[in-house]
Amino acid sequence: MINKKVNNVQEALQGIESSMTIMLGGFGLSGIPENSIAELVQLNVTDLTCISNNAGVDDFGLGLLLQKKQIKKMISSYVGENAEFERQMLSGELDVELTPQGTLAEKCRAAQAGIPAFFTPAGYGTEVAEGKEAREFNGKMHIMEEAYKADFSIVKAWKGDAAGNLIFKGTARNFNACMAGAAKITIAEVEELVPVGALDPNQIHIPGIMVQRIFQGEKFEKRIEQRTVRQKA
Amino acid sequence: MALDKNDIAKRIAKEVKDKYYVNLGIGIPTLVANYVREDISVEFQSENGVLGMGPFPFEGEEDADVINAGKQTITTLPGASFFDSAFSFGMIRSQKVDLTILGAMEVAENGDIANWKIPGKMVKGMGGAMDLVASAENIIVAMMHVNKAGESKILKRCTLPLTGVGCVKKVVTELAVLEITPKGFKLLERAPGVSVEHIIASTEADLIIEGDIPEMNLN
Repeated sequence: MINKKVNNVQEALQGIESSMTIMLGGFGLSGIPENSIAELVQLNVTDLTCISNNAGVDDFGLGLLLQKKQIKKMISSYVGENAEFERQMLSGELDVELTPQGTLAEKCRAAQAGIPAFFTPAGYGTEVAEGKEAREFNGKMHIMEEAYKADFSIVKAWKGDAAGNLIFKGTARNFNACMAGAAKITIAEVEELVPVGALDPNQIHIPGIMVQRIFQGEKFEKRIEQRTVRQKA
Repeated sequence: MALDKNDIAKRIAKEVKDKYYVNLGIGIPTLVANYVREDISVEFQSENGVLGMGPFPFEGEEDADVINAGKQTITTLPGASFFDSAFSFGMIRSQKVDLTILGAMEVAENGDIANWKIPGKMVKGMGGAMDLVASAENIIVAMMHVNKAGESKILKRCTLPLTGVGCVKKVVTELAVLEITPKGFKLLERAPGVSVEHIIASTEADLIIEGDIPEMNLN
């Protein structure tokens, strides 16, 4: 067993510096590496390029980094829940690369899988296609998209072990599973770090080879963005 | 009388057939799930990574790890599955999803759709919409026929940045059901009590009208 365990978030985030490109898992606020984001705020690193499907909300998730103007560029598919994000984008303070969600996921997966580029029909004929190679396959137009190149990938899992193996829960798997192993260094923040051998190898979603550092988060707020319920009859 | 959002959803629900996998967008499309016939088998896909979505949870049973693409807390039904985002769009691109229902700001007679950006004013992002419209074979748009200023959103050509080209097959609005044919919008049905003349007056694009246009059946 190769030990990936580090003692805390400070140790896990060592080496992250200003101007780096960082991938962060999560969809909305679900499955975001909240302990690592809090530490990035503490580290006060700036001019970051963040690859993340969303940008959190004003006072949680990546919204915390936006408030402190630590992000130079965001690469996302949907930013509708964050007023500060929209303000910085429309005023030109923040550089934003809006990318179709499936393309964003595949650009992560391609990096994870060692594929430099791929063709997708998403965005053909729209401004997303501008400057990109277009080619016809099977009678349909596609555009070429390249794999992301990131310095760090920070993912959040439900359970993990010191070998770096990860298991996700529910829809919190989202981009976390695509980003693990998609950057030079992958940091995994887990709700529960279990003893090696406790996870059934059949149930592991991401094998430890994709993870360089793993730690158990100190606390998880797991905030819900849209609490929708029904009444008992 | 023009339909409300629930009525639009009710009409679209009639397009959902037995054994369909269906992706519902945010807004009116989400309501469609409430009106699908109970005697057919349908599974709802949400692009953030779940198949077999169920209703909202009972109060106190919400789980931050189980949400839909609108970030709403949901439940899952027996037979449901979770997967990652790349896998989710894989099943969309490879056309495993039978029907996609989404909202729009504008739809044009050539099947173009715009729903993600108003330059200089509003940019929410395309989310999964560009991937969905580029790959889905069967796309129905749920939208209001006119905007708050009374201007038609059913156009000869879209004016806003596009989400996809030549992809929309059918549009259901508070006034009408329209099919997009190679020759443009064809009026299929009108909302109960709404005249063909009213629909024509509310539509910037030309309409193909053949014979008597029946009223929508919402029962």
